[in-house]
Amino acid sequence: MKSLAELQAIKERMRDKVVIREGVNETRIVIGMATCGIAAGARPVLNAFVEGVNENKLYDKVTVTQTGCIGLCQYEPIVEVYEPGKEKVTYVKMTAEKAKEVIEKHLKGGNVVKEYTIAYTKQ
Amino acid sequence: MKELSLNILDIAQNSVKAKATLIEIFITQTKNTLTLTVKDNGCGMSEEMVRSVTNPFCTSRKTRSVGLGIPFLKLAAELTGGNISITSRLKSQNVSDCGTTVNALFYTDHIDFTPLGDIISTIKTLIQCNPDTDWVFVHKFDGSTVSLDTRELRGVLEDVPLNNSEVIEWIGKYLKEQYDGNRL
Repeated sequence: MKSLAELQAIKERMRDKVVIREGVNETRIVIGMATCGIAAGARPVLNAFVEGVNENKLYDKVTVTQTGCIGLCQYEPIVEVYEPGKEKVTYVKMTAEKAKEVIEKHLKGGNVVKEYTIAYTKQ
Repeated sequence: MKELSLNILDIAQNSVKAKATLIEIFITQTKNTLTLTVKDNGCGMSEEMVRSVTNPFCTSRKTRSVGLGIPFLKLAAELTGGNISITSRLKSQNVSDCGTTVNALFYTDHIDFTPLGDIISTIKTLIQCNPDTDWVFVHKFDGSTVSLDTRELRGVLEDVPLNNSEVIEWIGKYLKEQYDGNRL
């Protein structure tokens, strides 16, 4: 059974990291989690990013968070990637599978997955 | 919404927007009913607002005048023969006991009942995205109880945030073990 003692161990391990983390330039992955996003399947997309960031040990430089409805409901689930010093990338009609690809190619490889971006979809 | 847990994920955001510091989610199941309660200590709503939130064209949002969270929940409950009720106290009028409580009753034996679905995923997502809010989750069914209180976790974690990836993973497993244990 999971116990609070395990949580205590996580705290001990994380304590040093927390200090280092502050002030570091971070990449932010922002997922639309309003009614439209959730209904279109944003929850598994968010979970895929959280798990992917974890598995690839990217947690020191990538944070996963949410936003509300940005008015492009027909393109949900929408994921925005903010990298320091770069232009924002907006991915649309995302799935958990596509999320894994974005982690692999974009976050790890540094190459935007063009076919999932809003610019590409609108053409 | 394909799962009731997605409705829960959706309407809990209203409590976050109301600047609640504590959001409690209770699910109580009997043989043929499921009662959902989402209770927050946020800013609350006026009586007029409470009356109109089930209208899809009512929203506190300034950008667009459509809000579907509560209407969807109402529809899901009413399709099963159930209903929703909302009570609220404005922070500006009643500081010590303010906030909003949404209650929804579902008849689970009705063919139009939407299954609860992946509730663990909903709880993890809510905490991941709102680590500074405190969350209480209590699910009662078949004489069993699954629960989580982030205030307890925070007591242990001190300055480590709740959305730390290992903490989120721990929360998921902690809930899953409770569900698995209760099924045995």
